[in-house]
Amino acid sequence: MDISLQKVEYRYAAGSPFEKLAIEDVSFSVPSGQYVAIIGHTGSGKSTVLQHLNALLKPTAGSVVIGDRTVRAGRKEKELKSIRQKVGIVFQFPEQQLFEETVLKDICYGPMNFGVSEEEAKNRAEYWIEEVGLSREILNQSPFDLSGGQMRRVAIAGVLAMQPDLIVLDEPTAGLDPRGRKEMMDMFYRLHKERNLSMILVTHSMEDASVYADKIVIMHKGKKVHEGTPREIFADAEKLKQWDLSVPEVVHFQRLLEHKTGILFPVVCLTMEELVAQWKQLSGGHPL
Amino acid sequence: MKKPIISLDSITFRYPNSVHDVLKQVSFSIHEGEWVAIVGHNGSGKSTLAKLINGLYFPENGEIHIAGIKLDNSTVWDTRKHIGMVFQNPDNQFVGTTVQDDVAFGLENHGVPYEDMVKRVIGALKQVKMDDFLNQEPHHLSGGQKQRVAIASVLALRPDIIILDEATSMLDPHGREEIISLVRQLKEVQGLTVLSITHDLEEAAKADRIIVMNDGEVFQTGTPDEIFKLGDELVKLGLDLPFPIKMANTFKEQGVPLQGQYLTEEELVIELWTSHFKK
Ligand SMILES: Nc1ncnc2c1ncn2[C@@H]1O[C@H](COP(=O)(O)OP(=O)(O)OP(=O)(O)O)[C@@H](O)[C@H]1O
Ligand SMILES: Nc1ncnc2c1ncn2[C@@H]1O[C@H](COP(=O)(O)OP(=O)(O)OP(=O)(O)O)[C@@H](O)[C@H]1O
Ligand SMILES: [Mg+2]
Ligand SMILES: [Mg+2]
Repeated sequence: MDISLQKVEYRYAAGSPFEKLAIEDVSFSVPSGQYVAIIGHTGSGKSTVLQHLNALLKPTAGSVVIGDRTVRAGRKEKELKSIRQKVGIVFQFPEQQLFEETVLKDICYGPMNFGVSEEEAKNRAEYWIEEVGLSREILNQSPFDLSGGQMRRVAIAGVLAMQPDLIVLDEPTAGLDPRGRKEMMDMFYRLHKERNLSMILVTHSMEDASVYADKIVIMHKGKKVHEGTPREIFADAEKLKQWDLSVPEVVHFQRLLEHKTGILFPVVCLTMEELVAQWKQLSGGHPL
Repeated sequence: MKKPIISLDSITFRYPNSVHDVLKQVSFSIHEGEWVAIVGHNGSGKSTLAKLINGLYFPENGEIHIAGIKLDNSTVWDTRKHIGMVFQNPDNQFVGTTVQDDVAFGLENHGVPYEDMVKRVIGALKQVKMDDFLNQEPHHLSGGQKQRVAIASVLALRPDIIILDEATSMLDPHGREEIISLVRQLKEVQGLTVLSITHDLEEAAKADRIIVMNDGEVFQTGTPDEIFKLGDELVKLGLDLPFPIKMANTFKEQGVPLQGQYLTEEELVIELWTSHFKK
């Protein structure tokens, strides 16, 4: 499913005294099967952009193409359900999407709402709850009696149980412990690869953006200011600074090392393994 | 010998509807002016600890003392005066309809005179760079903006103890650093005690002490150096190691010999430089 935003503008509370321009002139595309990361400073408009992808927000100018549907400013949209069925969003705060009295009902809600039988929905809930690292026991608990990280996992399970074509993730690892973070990100990546799912990830982790994404989009003060591959984006730390962004830690480390030794690496390294391999080549002539 | 400002003695706790004990025989103390990080896997009991310290629940067994006061039903309002807590989800703590009202709310409750209050509200919002949003509704902010306002509300109270429950989890790395160094400065200058619950091990590495929670129990307490020496044991608990240690391990795995443990990137860079180039 191809996605594209064309000159999208969004004003919160448009026409009221509290009107607030949140994003303007935002255009980018996500071809089917691509993994795109959106990064940007606090308040730059990332979550506002994401909510356009399943028509939770409708642009106040411009248009959003979601597969065979186009949501255009100033036009009434019928039958948004078919969009919501295809696009699964994991919200920034898990509490935003949990509301049923038990975890089981919560996970089953989405699939059943889209016509899946109760039995099938339950099967999916039992499958996904374990995939997100929780035990089946938790299915009978109230989602509000869980720890922050457990709620996050339930919210993720609920979205995956809908089997969407596009997965939209708004800082999905905030609140997860380090192992959970890695496991969830690897799981999303696996789904992306195995099922050719398109992914859109908003993250403050430059590491995740650099390791998983095919393309990175940078938001700054409500506008899209840059896009490129991770290697292009993270090669230029100075440029990132103007948008209050930094490079992944391994890149930062590479720069420190280059500065101290006076030796320049031929490429920017995005993983620790890459950096060590480069280092061994560069220091090869020296006694180890 | 420094005074303990928070002490927990053999705390056991379960929620009214929980099947197992959520905290089991937890004991530790925190000294005045100390920065302590609490780390641990999801569901290990960190937020529950914070709620008990703040008197939102009471333990089944064991005692908690805050600033020398034994915490119970009758003293909870006194002990709370010492504590400012930033909750894991900022939406749970907003009470005002505008950002400035929200920050002012706690001060009104503490009987701070109007003029002083206005100064403190603006001052705290400036500190977290949210003074452009005075009249916005807190629930209508971005995730990171909400966290900044929640932190301002607590800073304005000028408590003796600040408890941060993953209070910077939605900030960008630069913003996170800014807020942490702001709180650190308050600790240095005003002797603030900080209890920071975090999954960010780089942040924990800068604490005076780390408490590692595992499944409702204290697994270990120690300086960052001592804790990160646990290495793979931490990884088994669902945790991780700070970047410089992982980087050094990757070098070692790939056959580049290195001695020692490096908690900062600088230390590791110097080691690589001196042992491999400066010959
Ligand atoms: N419901 C709302 N009403 C009015 N303004 C809003 C609302 N939600 C967000 N905004 C404003 O729109 C701007 C963009 O917010 P958005 O949530 O998209 O940012 P973000 O990039 O996701 O930030 P963060 O990284 O902090 O989550 C911010 O200035 C914010 O204050
Ligand atoms: N209100 C509640 N009622 C019943 N059980 C609860 C409640 N809140 C938390 N629990 C349970 O208590 C245990 C500890 O939860 P707690 O919130 O203290 O974990 P945590 O260490 O803060 O985890 P996280 O890193 O995910 O925030 C978990 O198993 C959780 O499911
Ligand atoms: Mg956001
Ligand atoms: Mg918690």
